[in-house]
Amino acid sequence: MSAKIEYKDKEIRVFLSGEIDHHSASLIRASIDDAIIHKHPSLLTLDFANVTFMDSSGIGLVMGRYKLMKTVQGRIRVVNLSPGAYKVMVLAGLEKLGEIKQKEVI
Amino acid sequence: MDTVNEMKLTMDSRSINEGFSRVAVSAFIASADPNIEEITDIKTAVSEAVTNAIVHGYREKNGKIYITVSIFENNIIRIKIRDKGVGIDDIDKAMEPLFTTAGEERAGLGFAVMESFMDKVRVTSKPGMGTTVVMEKKIWGKRL
Repeated sequence: MSAKIEYKDKEIRVFLSGEIDHHSASLIRASIDDAIIHKHPSLLTLDFANVTFMDSSGIGLVMGRYKLMKTVQGRIRVVNLSPGAYKVMVLAGLEKLGEIKQKEVI
Repeated sequence: MDTVNEMKLTMDSRSINEGFSRVAVSAFIASADPNIEEITDIKTAVSEAVTNAIVHGYREKNGKIYITVSIFENNIIRIKIRDKGVGIDDIDKAMEPLFTTAGEERAGLGFAVMESFMDKVRVTSKPGMGTTVVMEKKIWGKRL
């Protein structure tokens, strides 16, 4: 699992790819937090387009980043979720924390 | 009900094995011809149970996780995930959504996911002895 982090116009966009589970979430959360602490963005977008699997550790990942973004007065957005990942997010009620969007199927 | 097929695997309680356990179970149940949503549901439930054994059962120390998967005649899959870790004091509390004894990054949703994605979940545990999670799901495949 990898995270490509881009910063532009007060937004950090994290392109996640691979599988998000307890193991991989612990490996990438520090680099996302570093970027948030250094850049103080007003928006954090987590892009799940290339995430092939997610369990509830992905929920912990989003929630942890949401809490950190709150401390810098920012908000969070989760986009391009697969149906499986979206199912897990909705189970957790994450729509209450920010925008949660499924991958658009054309 | 007779088992048509069964496998057992024993693995170290290392988080790096979480992915392996998902792949191993999904490969074995392929013969039941599940559809993509069923495979995803089962992989996710297995991931939750295995993670619980690693994070809570063994508190990230070394132990063994025992996984048994059985396929029955009526296309019901039964998955048993057992650890010999610390066990659960209050199973009802542990299974409450959002309840967690771990830190900040754990959502407390493992059991909620298992119960939502599988047809049945049964947890037995004895403090100091370990925990066993048995989950079942009927596979419909493309027959729905």
